[in-house]
Amino acid sequence: MTDLALTGLSTRPAQAWGGVRLVPLIREKPIEDLRLDARLYDAEFGVVEVDSRTVYSSYIPHGFVASWTRDATPAAAYGTQLRGPAERDRTPSRMPLRFHRRMARRADKNRLRFLPLHLALEGYLALHFGGPEIAWEEWSRRAIDRGLSPRVEEAYAGATVRGLQDALRVFEIHPGQCGVLVYAADTLAAAFVVPHPDDYRALHSTLIHDLYGELIYHYAMLSMPVSDFRARIVDATVRSLADLRAQARRQQEEWAAFHDQVMAGGLLGTGYTYQRVYEMGDYCLSRFLPPFERQRENHIGELITDSAGRLAYLKTFRLSENQIRRGHLLTQLAANGWNLTYTAATLSVTEHELGLRIDAAGFGHLLRQDVLDHYRAQVRRSRR
Amino acid sequence: MNAAITSTGQREFHSGAGEQSLSLDFLHRYLLGNYRDLYAATLALDVNDHNAVLIARNLLATTAEADPDQRHAEGRLIARRLALLPPPRVYGLFRELRRAKVNNRRTRAIMRDWLAARPDLAFDAVKYRGAVKDAVRHAHLRPGGELGPFLFTPHRPAAYTTPILETWRRAHYEQAALYKLPYTVAEGFAAKHRIARAAFLERIAPRLTRLERLRLQESARGLGADAVRADLATMPLTRLASYVLALSPDDRVHRRAELTAALRTAARRSAGDQAGRWGAVVAVLDDSFSAYGSGHKRRRPLAVALACHFLLEALASEYTPLWLSGRSDALLARPYGATPLGERILDGLDLRPERLLIVSDGWDNSPPGLAGEVLRIWRTRLDPHHTCGIVHLNPVYDAADFDVRRLAPTVPTAGIRDAENLVALVELAQFAEGRTGLFELRAHLARRIEEFLREDA
Repeated sequence: MTDLALTGLSTRPAQAWGGVRLVPLIREKPIEDLRLDARLYDAEFGVVEVDSRTVYSSYIPHGFVASWTRDATPAAAYGTQLRGPAERDRTPSRMPLRFHRRMARRADKNRLRFLPLHLALEGYLALHFGGPEIAWEEWSRRAIDRGLSPRVEEAYAGATVRGLQDALRVFEIHPGQCGVLVYAADTLAAAFVVPHPDDYRALHSTLIHDLYGELIYHYAMLSMPVSDFRARIVDATVRSLADLRAQARRQQEEWAAFHDQVMAGGLLGTGYTYQRVYEMGDYCLSRFLPPFERQRENHIGELITDSAGRLAYLKTFRLSENQIRRGHLLTQLAANGWNLTYTAATLSVTEHELGLRIDAAGFGHLLRQDVLDHYRAQVRRSRR
Repeated sequence: MNAAITSTGQREFHSGAGEQSLSLDFLHRYLLGNYRDLYAATLALDVNDHNAVLIARNLLATTAEADPDQRHAEGRLIARRLALLPPPRVYGLFRELRRAKVNNRRTRAIMRDWLAARPDLAFDAVKYRGAVKDAVRHAHLRPGGELGPFLFTPHRPAAYTTPILETWRRAHYEQAALYKLPYTVAEGFAAKHRIARAAFLERIAPRLTRLERLRLQESARGLGADAVRADLATMPLTRLASYVLALSPDDRVHRRAELTAALRTAARRSAGDQAGRWGAVVAVLDDSFSAYGSGHKRRRPLAVALACHFLLEALASEYTPLWLSGRSDALLARPYGATPLGERILDGLDLRPERLLIVSDGWDNSPPGLAGEVLRIWRTRLDPHHTCGIVHLNPVYDAADFDVRRLAPTVPTAGIRDAENLVALVELAQFAEGRTGLFELRAHLARRIEEFLREDA
């Protein structure tokens, strides 16, 4: 499995507002046996009625905040998790949150909010990137002991992305809608899919608290309003009302095909590396990494699929060009077992050039100070 | 004109209050500067109260720019329009003029005449005390009788001979007296005397106006004050639709018979002699999420659509409603989902009606522009002889375009604020189709003004 597809979902016409375009995804038949953890909803939503033979599982989206601890302080889910009916009482793996006093407020009585974002992204990246597995002598003590943690990356909260808030407010949720693709200046910013329309309705407004890459932030800031893909029907093809209806339907289909192939093409491509995290019953939770090719779209994310390959849950984050470069470097290092000589050969650069590149990418603290100084001296000498 | 019917300078679903009033303000200035007589003539049309007040204000503030003939014509139009406006609006206008320091002779004359024509100025003085005081002061008037002392030195006389003024004086000390005052005034005294809300509502019930009753009915019921009962059958149609939409779905199901009957009665009253004479009508009614309107105009577009639904039912001999969400129970309408206008219009045209009415805010998004394409091809290729009259009614002012949003250039679009105006708007829209010359417009306006002023006599 290397490609990502929107199986079981169909695309509906986009709704544009300013520089933001939202493309709704519809599920003809909602997934009933995988639902958002009931505790996140409070009592109001209740649990779906299940008969004795149906297994009802739930998932907890990454970064969701709820009071899972004993003393009712808020905690955030650490990575998306799947759980079966038997594990109802087990608390999910989580990190406690320490807020300044006012921050712990819940947004509403039965609407919980996503956690403050840099924390989520750090967690996200720590999940994706380990550190050196073999203790080559060039790596510092710290890199071997603690890996890449803490990894700090910058991202922007949805609230600071210009126009996103208004776009989400005026967006009209389709009946049966289970997902959305967010575009800023017609570049794919994020994809979000859930199993059931009720889950979507509950989570729609949380898109504003989500993370978006710096690329998206700048595109939204600088872009002009994007234009609608307006329907166009050629007069000459229409002779009756039935023709007109057929033409209207074709417009819909053409848009869906165009969108899936062209607009979402960067996301739905191939070359992802999947890491299966958890399997339960029919469902499998995986995280995926892009190929880190430069000059193209790269998304990291999490997804849940069922045995038939149907997409139940998906959340992606678009990396910026700098992040792609860093990711590229780290994947190369990991592929070569963190050996600098081999990696340098793969990237066809000299060892000291690679050393400086690691430093420039912000990972200088991982190399031993004397090794790094040695590389610097070598570069200086070669310049003379 | 469309703007003047729909816009109230409040927040809408798609644009904020700031944008709305800025856009409206520009429109007013533009018309006033370039077409002053047309601008004044608009007062004779069915513009909403907010705009009527704005127009009157702008005309009075720029008296110096008008020549004597214009002044005379404008004066008559303003006086006539003010007589039709609800008094709080007019007092609001007077206070606005005072704030803006507009105090020319014409303004004073208009204020004097309007106040002189009030049926009971003492009642006004109690109910709108501050406003009346400001108006009297601004127009340099000398109110006769006890009104002067009441307004300017209210606590000096030991007793009043005018009954309502005397009641007002006694209400300061005596609880029983406040129940003879208008509701809004009594409410203040009730708070002062610390009367329980339920008991207060129970006893003030006979003094409530029609709309106060409608507004208070639900909260009074919650408090157990059953005396506050609105007679739904006498309410205006759109107001009633708003009331129905504010009820919870359970309530609507429980009181289905009562509510439907009330809506039908109101619709029949609005339809008048046109009832049953419209032939086969199909209506495409927008109940998409954007029909929610905004926090200021809650569910207004949906209420207009619901009111139109009942009105058209009364007007048509054969009527098919098509809600965008595909639901068929109008009473349970709620703003939900996207706006597949194009598809629904196709469904409507399939039924081959004599008239097709579209009530929508014009934001067609599933897919965008399909409604316009369908209507264009229908008009140009499938029905060039206009066998089916199509009119689009739009309850929402679009700040960016200085107009209401149109679906297609071939189909007339009219702004609508109250469903009660539907008949006139549809006639006007059909008349306007194809003819847009300024000359015809002026001729039409001249006729309307004549009628408008004649009603005066």
